[in-house]
Amino acid sequence: MKRSRFPLVVTVLVMLFFYLPVLVLVVNSFNRSRSSGPWTGFTLDWYVRLFGRRDIWEAFGNTLIIAVSASAASMLLGTLAAFALHRYRTRLQDAHYTMVYTPLVVPEILLGISLLLLFVALGVERNLTVLFIGHTTFCISYVTMVVLARLQDFDFAMVEAAQDLGAGPWTIARRVIIPLLAPGIFAGGLLAFTLSIDDYVISFFLSGPGTTTLPIKINAMIRRDAPALINALSSIMLCVTFLLVGLSQKLNKENRT
Amino acid sequence: MKADPVRRERLVEVFLTAPGFVWLLLFFLLPTFNVLLISFRPSTLTGGIGEGWTLDTLQQLRNPDYPGILFRTLWVSLAITVSCLLLSVPVAYFLARCSQRWKTRLLLLIMIPFLTNFIIRVFAWKVILHPEGWLASVLAFAGLIPPGTQLLYNVRAVILVSVYTYLPFALLPVYAVAEKFDFALMEAAMDLGCNRIQAFFRVFVPGISRGLWTATLLVLIPNLGAYVVPDIVGGHSSSMLGNVIVRRLFSDRNLPHAAGLSSVLTVLVLLPMIVVILHRRRREAH
Repeated sequence: MKRSRFPLVVTVLVMLFFYLPVLVLVVNSFNRSRSSGPWTGFTLDWYVRLFGRRDIWEAFGNTLIIAVSASAASMLLGTLAAFALHRYRTRLQDAHYTMVYTPLVVPEILLGISLLLLFVALGVERNLTVLFIGHTTFCISYVTMVVLARLQDFDFAMVEAAQDLGAGPWTIARRVIIPLLAPGIFAGGLLAFTLSIDDYVISFFLSGPGTTTLPIKINAMIRRDAPALINALSSIMLCVTFLLVGLSQKLNKENRT
Repeated sequence: MKADPVRRERLVEVFLTAPGFVWLLLFFLLPTFNVLLISFRPSTLTGGIGEGWTLDTLQQLRNPDYPGILFRTLWVSLAITVSCLLLSVPVAYFLARCSQRWKTRLLLLIMIPFLTNFIIRVFAWKVILHPEGWLASVLAFAGLIPPGTQLLYNVRAVILVSVYTYLPFALLPVYAVAEKFDFALMEAAMDLGCNRIQAFFRVFVPGISRGLWTATLLVLIPNLGAYVVPDIVGGHSSSMLGNVIVRRLFSDRNLPHAAGLSSVLTVLVLLPMIVVILHRRRREAH
């Protein structure tokens, strides 16, 4: 059968479409022009200035604190939830599944507003804990889904074997289930971490004066002072992403062989 | 003694379910109902929530601007969804027929730009579409647009950038189904006298309909609540429901009004969700 060229052409165009903005950012990070307009000469000035901006580093610190704590909490809660959903087929689990699934599709703006109004109604100040709660809430669902998918291949005969050999529930959890499920739990945690670092909408509603996260800071910089600084910042972030993806690919390959 | 293991199992179930369930109950379900309740509270002059109950918000929601904004929110979201589907079907078809090596490579290539920050990706488009940017000069040079045309701050820019940010959400579910599609079916159809285009539309496209529905859900619903993209690359003439909600919340500080609009949005997103879920269940019943 002779194949049509059309799908190939669309794929190439879509790839160009995907990489065009990335390319523009990297090129402009070396552009002397302040407004990222026409090319006015090569400079490394934006990178140098970036390292002098205390506020950016502070926002970065907040982002990391939230991402680490929210992914840790959602790893714990999500794994427990996935176990319950996998093992039991009761009415409670039907309700549980709906509860876990809905936050995945509801627009983030609704999650953000509802949490903001809850904290306003309760008279709670906007601090890092509030942000942590918001991020954990949307991360739980993602972790649960990832772990649930991994549980499909989980061999429960291992658990029964351990039971027959006289292991108690804690020993089984610690020495059989967790080691076997660790890759799934970490994959879920990694997803939660990435989503939390990237999150703008929820943080927009829940961050206060002292608790700016990096995406919020970036948005403020787009509007106010220096788009050129953001080009430099994004190029660095892009390099880190490429390195991490390359590293995880390499680790995967080594594990398989 | 005999009921003991059953009760024990039930206890384990509750122990496993409770932490996540209670968390989502407190921080997802309860706040959603709280929003509905707040829409019936009066607003205070200081931008807070007053005591007592009122139908003020319901009155304010009869604002003559709102039907237009609601209509725009709907058609812009639909346009984004349809564009994403139209692009992802041929790409998914191509990927599904690649060799295993190229599949992994191309999927990785698709994912990488989306691991960068969402805000930064939207910002990059602001640079590209800038009236003094190179895209505008190239298009003007080619005579496609008059020089100095504003490519930013309109509905077209909002659709373009939203398609960019949401395309992977359509592409991945469509690809996941297309990969399992049996291409021998298409050859069979062609042996039976279909031409290539007929085989594509009458065998391949229906074969991946499950993926298309998932993609619709994943693109349409978040876009009904879109706020960031129209805020950065859109203008006044392209605000969507999400932008109006944020304006009421932070500029006007009318919390009950914002809560009322959020409740409208909640109903709006529940409708497509119910349609897709019903459709799915009907397919499974067959």
